[in-house]
Amino acid sequence: MLLTPEEVDHVALLGRLELTSEERERFTDQLNSILEHFEQLGQLDTAGVPAMSHAIAMSNVLREDVPAPSLSPEEALQNAPDQASGCFRVPRVIE
Amino acid sequence: MSQPRELYELTAHELSDLLASKQVSAREALDSVWGRITSADEALHSYILLTRDVAERQAAAVDERRAKGERLPALAGVPIALKDIYCTKGIETTCCSRILAGFVPPYDAHVIERCREHGLVFLGKTNMDEFAMGSSTENSSRGVTRNPWDLDRVPGGSSGGSAASVAASETIVSMGTDTGGSIRQPASLCGVVGMKPTYGRVSRYGVVAFASSLDQVGPITKDVRDCALMLNMLAGYDPRDSTSINTPVPDYTQALKPNVKGLRIGLVKEFMEYQGVGVDPEVGAAVRAAVARLEELGATCDEVSLPYLNYSIPVYYIIAPAEASSNLARFDGVQYGHRTREKVADIIEMYRKTRDEGFGSEVKRRIMLGTYALSAGYYDAYYLKAGQVRTLIRQDFDRAFEQYDLLVGPVSPTVAFRLGEKTEDPVAMYLSDVCTIPVNLGGLPGMSVPCGFSREGMPIGLHIVGKPLGEETMLRAAYAFEQSGDFHRRRAVPVETRDGRRLAVTRA
Repeated sequence: MLLTPEEVDHVALLGRLELTSEERERFTDQLNSILEHFEQLGQLDTAGVPAMSHAIAMSNVLREDVPAPSLSPEEALQNAPDQASGCFRVPRVIE
Repeated sequence: MSQPRELYELTAHELSDLLASKQVSAREALDSVWGRITSADEALHSYILLTRDVAERQAAAVDERRAKGERLPALAGVPIALKDIYCTKGIETTCCSRILAGFVPPYDAHVIERCREHGLVFLGKTNMDEFAMGSSTENSSRGVTRNPWDLDRVPGGSSGGSAASVAASETIVSMGTDTGGSIRQPASLCGVVGMKPTYGRVSRYGVVAFASSLDQVGPITKDVRDCALMLNMLAGYDPRDSTSINTPVPDYTQALKPNVKGLRIGLVKEFMEYQGVGVDPEVGAAVRAAVARLEELGATCDEVSLPYLNYSIPVYYIIAPAEASSNLARFDGVQYGHRTREKVADIIEMYRKTRDEGFGSEVKRRIMLGTYALSAGYYDAYYLKAGQVRTLIRQDFDRAFEQYDLLVGPVSPTVAFRLGEKTEDPVAMYLSDVCTIPVNLGGLPGMSVPCGFSREGMPIGLHIVGKPLGEETMLRAAYAFEQSGDFHRRRAVPVETRDGRRLAVTRA
C-alpha cells in the first residue's frame, strides 16, 4: 500500500477537505489503486527530457501595466456569502 | 430538405438561410425549439437551467435588427444550449456543483461575449459532470442526463447535457469544454459532431478552470458545416487569456470540400488498442470502414504507431488533478458560492466544512490525488515525471505528423455504457477517455464525426486529429466523410410508448 489512512488525512488537510470515516476508507483504497496505475511511468527513462507544461511554445507573455475597467466593489461583492463595510467577512484568522 | 420538417430539426446553416431570407423569424425558431425541450427534456434532463426570458429578448432583438435591414452574422437568431461552465453575466453558473449554487457571474466569458455579439439565442445551461470531472455526466449534483438513443445509457461526459441536447434536437447548436475528451466523447456517444480546437485557439477567459494547460472550449453541432460556423465565431486572439494564440482566423467554411484528394491519413494503432487491449470490435469495424471510405474519397491511409500514447492515462491523471487541486482552491466560501452554516472555530475549519459540503466525491478524489502529487517529496516522482512523459507523447505526435496530415481512430473504445455501470470503479471510468486524452496532452485539435451504429443502434464516432492549428484540414476530411453518407441525418427521437415509458427511436 502506497498511501496509509493517516497520510490520506494529511493530504485532506493540505487540500482543505474534511473526510468522513467512510470517505477516508474509500479514498484510501481508491487512491491506492489509482497510484498503482501510475507506477508504470517509473519504467520510462526520462533523463534529460524537459517537462512540457504548456501545449504551445509561449513564454513571458507581457503587457503594459495600464489601468483598465474592472468590476465595481458592489459587483465584486454581489456573490459574497458574508460581507461587511465593503469587504468579504471571514471567521477569525489570527488569535 | 426532402420533406417539410419542424424548425427544431434544422441545422444552424439551414435555419440561418431561412432567417436571413426572412422566411422564418428568430422568435418562431425559438418557439419550435422550446416546444421540443418541453416534450423531450423530462425524459432526458439535458438542461439544468432554462432561460426563456433571456432567449425571448435576444430573439426579439435579432428580429428587430433584421426588420430594419441590418446585415447580421450567420448565426444570428440561432438557439444555443450552453454548458454550465461559462460565466454568463446575470445568469447562474454552477458547474453543476453545490459549491457554486446561486453564483451569478458579474461578467461574461469571452466565448459568451462572442455569442452575444453574434446574436445567438440562449436557451439555458446544460448538465455536466461537476467541474467537468467525469466521462458520463453522472458526477453532476443536478441528477443524470440520459442518452437520447437509449435512455438507460449515459450520454458521455463531461459535456453530456450539451451533446444530448443537440442529439435530441432540444437545441440547434451547443458548446462544451474538453480537458480530456469532454466534447468529443459525448459527441461520439450521442452521434453528433464535436470539436476540441487547438489549445489556445479559443480564449478560456471566464470559463471555470479545471486543468488550465488542457482545457479548451469548442462546438457541439448536428453537422460539420455547423461546426465550422461555430468555430468562425469562437476562434481568435484574446489578450485576457495569456495562452491565447495571436494568429488570424480563417473562414473555416472555406475548408469544406467534398474530397480528400492527396491527404495522408494515419490510423493510430494505440487508439485502436491501449496497452494491448483492443477497442470494442463493433467500434473498431466502424472506424476501419470509415478509413476505407476516406481512401475511396482520395486519401492515402495506413497504420502508424505512437508508442508513448500507452502512457497517456497515468500522465493525464497526474497532470489534470494536480492543476485542478490548485484551480479549485478558490472555492473556499469567501468570495462566492456556498459557505457552511455550521459553527466553526477558525477559518481553516470554515474552509474544510464548506468544501466538504460543497464538493462531490469525484471532485474530492481528484483534489486529493492532485494535492498528493504536488506535495513535498512526491513532486518529482509524479508531476515532474508526468510532464516529461507528456513531452514524449507530443514528440510521438510531431513525428507522425511529418508523414501524415491527419491521424484517425475511434473517439471512445466503446459505445455509450449503461447508467451506473462504471460509477464505483474510477480507473474503469478513466479508461473510457483513452483515445481522447493524448490529444489534450499534445495540445492538438481533434474532432468526433458520426461514423456508424452498433447492432443495438448506438452511435459510433470517428476521431480525426490534426496538427496544431490544423482545424481546416480536419474539417475538410470530416466534411468529405460526412457528405459521403447519411449518419449526420439520423436523429434520436424520444417518443412516448404504450406503457408511458419514453424510449428513443431512430429516424432517417
